[in-house]
Amino acid sequence: MSVIYLLLSLSILVAVIFFVAFIMAVKNGQYDDSYTPSVRMLFEDELVKEKPKKEKTSKLTNQE
Amino acid sequence: MGSSTCFHCGDPSGSSALFYDDKAFCCQGCKTVYEIFSENDLTCYYDLQSAPGITPKDVQGKYDFLGQQKIIDKLVEFDDAKSQIATLFIPQIHCSSCIWILENLKKLNSQISSSQVDFGKKTVRIQFNSQSYSLKEAVILLSSIGYEPYISLEDFSTGKSHVNRSLIYKLAIAGFAFGNVMFLSFPEYFEVGEYWLEEYKHFFRWLMFAFSLPVVFYSSQDYFTSAYKGLRAKTLNIDVPIALGIIVLFLRSTVDIMFDYGSGFFDSLTGLLFFLLLGKFFQQRTYSFLSFERDYKSYFPIAITKILKNGGEEPIQVYDIKKGDRLLIRNEELIPVDGILIKGKARIDYSFVTGESDAVSKKSGDKLFAGGKQSSGSIEMEALKSVEQSYLTQLWSNDVFNKVKEDSFTTLTNLISKRFTIIVLSIAFISTAFWLFVDSSKALNVFTSVLIIACPCAIALAAPFTLGNILRIFGRHKFYLKNATVIEQLAAIDTIIFDKTGTITSNKESTATYEGNALSLSEEVLLKNTLRGSNHPLSRTLYALLDENDIITLDEFEEHVGQGIQGFHQQDSMKIGSANFVGKTKTFAVLNTSVHISANNTYKGKFTFYNSYRSGLSQLFNNLKKQYDLAILSGDNEGEMENLKKLLPARTKLLFNQKPDDKLEYIKHHQTEGAKVLMIGDGLNDAGALAQSNVGIALSENVNVFSPACDAILDAEKLNNLSDFMKLSKSAIKIVKWSFVLSFMYNVVGVSFAVTGRLEPVVAAILMPLSSISIVVFTTIATNWTSRKLKKKHSSILPSI
Repeated sequence: MSVIYLLLSLSILVAVIFFVAFIMAVKNGQYDDSYTPSVRMLFEDELVKEKPKKEKTSKLTNQE
Repeated sequence: MGSSTCFHCGDPSGSSALFYDDKAFCCQGCKTVYEIFSENDLTCYYDLQSAPGITPKDVQGKYDFLGQQKIIDKLVEFDDAKSQIATLFIPQIHCSSCIWILENLKKLNSQISSSQVDFGKKTVRIQFNSQSYSLKEAVILLSSIGYEPYISLEDFSTGKSHVNRSLIYKLAIAGFAFGNVMFLSFPEYFEVGEYWLEEYKHFFRWLMFAFSLPVVFYSSQDYFTSAYKGLRAKTLNIDVPIALGIIVLFLRSTVDIMFDYGSGFFDSLTGLLFFLLLGKFFQQRTYSFLSFERDYKSYFPIAITKILKNGGEEPIQVYDIKKGDRLLIRNEELIPVDGILIKGKARIDYSFVTGESDAVSKKSGDKLFAGGKQSSGSIEMEALKSVEQSYLTQLWSNDVFNKVKEDSFTTLTNLISKRFTIIVLSIAFISTAFWLFVDSSKALNVFTSVLIIACPCAIALAAPFTLGNILRIFGRHKFYLKNATVIEQLAAIDTIIFDKTGTITSNKESTATYEGNALSLSEEVLLKNTLRGSNHPLSRTLYALLDENDIITLDEFEEHVGQGIQGFHQQDSMKIGSANFVGKTKTFAVLNTSVHISANNTYKGKFTFYNSYRSGLSQLFNNLKKQYDLAILSGDNEGEMENLKKLLPARTKLLFNQKPDDKLEYIKHHQTEGAKVLMIGDGLNDAGALAQSNVGIALSENVNVFSPACDAILDAEKLNNLSDFMKLSKSAIKIVKWSFVLSFMYNVVGVSFAVTGRLEPVVAAILMPLSSISIVVFTTIATNWTSRKLKKKHSSILPSI
C-alpha cells in the first residue's frame, strides 16, 4: 500500500537528477554556442584520415 | 592553370597572379598562407569550402603593446603561471573552413594546446603554454594566416563580460514543475471517487504545493519586481494583473487544499508561468555577433607607440596619452587623439567617422582628428588633447548616451493592460458585491476566480510571439534589431531622416564625368598609364573607371604633392591634377571634386566626380514619401544638391554642412514638434543622431564590422527593402491587436464561469493553456503569412535584375 510513496519519491528523485543535470549543463556554458559544435562534429573524420600522413612531416613543422 | 581567381581568397588574381603548386594566388600574402597550410598538412582547409581564405595584412610592430603586462592581464582570462587562456575576437570568421583551421592551431604551433571557436560570437579561445609562448606570438600567428584578432580599447575597459542565464533557469524550473504538477493533478480531473484516489489525494496535493513553491518564489520574481516598479511609477503595466493573478492563484490554491475545498489551481499556476517565460525566452533573441551598444571605445586601439625624448619607442595605453606626447602612427593604425602632424606623409581615412571612404592627404603642421586611419606609411604626430577630450569622443559626453530609450516608450501591451486591469478589478468587485447579497459564502470564491481566470496570460504572450517572430524574419532579410520593442517603435515612425555619405551613397563606387575636348587614343593610353603610377585616392578611382588600355612604360613620372602628377612618354607629356597645376587659371568655384588634364601643355578638360547613389534609391523614396516626411542630413557641402533634387521626390528636405551635434539637435527639434523620427546613418558622426532618434538604424556594408550604437543594423544592400520592413512592422502591430481581441474572447468565456461561481480547476486548466497555445499558433501563422508576401515579392524581382 505504502509502496506508492516509495515509487513517487523515486520517480521525483529521478526527475530531479535530470533537472539538476540540465541546470549544470547550462551553467557550464554548453548551451551558449549552439552552432559551432554542429560543424565541429563533421570534422572528426578528416582529422583521423590525416593522422598517418602527419607523422612524417610533424618534425619539420613544429617551429611555426 | 588558367584559373583567374585566387585559390586562397577567391579574389580575381588577374594578370599579376603568382603561381605555387599549380595554383594561382592574387598576392604574396595569400601564397604565404597557402605555403604555411600545405607544409603543415592543413590543406583540408580548402576542401571544406572553396577559396575560404583572407588576405593577411602586414602587422609588423603593430602588436608590440601585447608585451606589456598591464594589457596582457586585461586580455587573459586564465593564468596559472604555466598556461594562459585568452579569448580573441576575430571578425573574419565566416565559414566552416575558418572553424576548422582555427581549431587546428595546435598543428601550426605545438605551444598552443587547444583552441575553440564560437562561430556565433566570432571568437576563438586559445590555451597556450605561457612559459615558452606569449599572447603576442599567438596573435601574430593568427594574423599571419589571415585571421587577425580585433583588440580594441573596449577590451581594456570592460573586463570580463558576465552571461546572464537566469531566464533559462527560471524557464527550466517552471517547465519541470508544470510537467510534474500536471501528472499529479491529472487523476483528480475525472473525479472518479475511487478508493485509492481518495486515500492519496491529500498527499498528491501537498506535493503539487511543494512543486509550485519554486515557481512562485523564483520563476515569477521578474513579474513581481516589474509590477512593483510599475505601481511605484503609478502605471498599470501588464505585469500588475499577472502578479496579482499569480498571488491569488497561489493563495487560493493553498487555502483550498488546506481546508479540503478542492484540488487547487497549481496546474494552471505552473502552466501560466511556463508559457509566460517561454514567450519571454522566444522574444529574447540577440545576435551574439552584433553589438548594438558600441561607442568609440570599440573602434579605438588599446595602445599606441609613443616616441620618447631619447628617440626610443614605447607602447603606451591610449588613456595615458597626455598633451604634448609624440606618437608614432603606423600604416593602418587609428589616430586615437587630436593632434598635429609632425613628420611623414599622412593620408587619413575618416570612414569610421564620416562614412566617407576617400582618404584625405595632410602635410606636416596640419591638424589631425581622432578617429582617422592612417593609410600610407608611418607618421609622427604630437597629441593636443587626451582621448576623452578629442573632438569626436566629446560627442559621447552628451546626455543622450546616458538615457535608456526603452524606458520612455509605452508598449502596446502596457497601454492595453492599463484599461484591462481596471476592467478586471471592477468586474471582480462588482460580482463579489453581488454575491455578498445573494450568497455570501460564494463571494470570496467568485472574487478569486475572476482574478485567476482574467490573468492576462494570452495578452502577455501576443506581443512576444508576434514580435519575436518578426524579429527573426527581419534577421533573415539582414535587418537586425536590438530587441522586439524596436518593431513597435518602427510602426509609430512618421519622419525618416537619412545621412548622405555612406548611407544613400555607396562607399565602394563613385562616378566621374568628363567635360572638355575629346582625348585621342594615344592620349587616353598615356592618361591611364600616368594614373597607374600614382597612389592618390582620386587617381585610383579614376584609374578604375577608365577603360582597360595597353600597359606602356613611362619614360618619366613625377608626383607633385598636393598638386598633381605628370607623365612623359616619347614626345608626349601629360599633366593631371588641380586647375592651377595644369595651367588653367580661370576657374569657376565648383563644389564637386574635379581633376583637370592637359596634354603637351594644352588644356584638355576635366573629370568631375559625383557620389554614386545606391541603386533603387529614388524608387525607395517614392515609396516612402506617401506616408513619411523625408529629410537628408549631410556633413558635406552642397555640391550634390542639384543631383539629389533630380533623384528624390520634391518634398524631401535637404540639409548640408551638418556637424554631428547639428544632426542631433535637428532630430530633437522635430521630436519636440511631436514627430517620431527614424534616423538612418552609418558613421560615428551619426552616433548622436542615432541615439537621439526614436529608432536609429545603422547601415553597414558588412554587418560583421563595426557600426555605432543603434537600435538596428541593416545590411547596406537591403536598404531598398526599407519600405517593406516598415510595412511589415505595421502589420505586426495589427496582428498583435487581433490577438488581443482573440484573448479577450477567452477571457469573456472564462469570466462568465467565474462570476457565476462555477469555476472548477479543470476549466481553468483547460482554458489557460488553450488560450495561450491558440495565441501562439495564430501569431505564428499570421506573421509568416504576411511576411511570405514580402518574400515572394522580392524573389520575383530578383531574377529580373
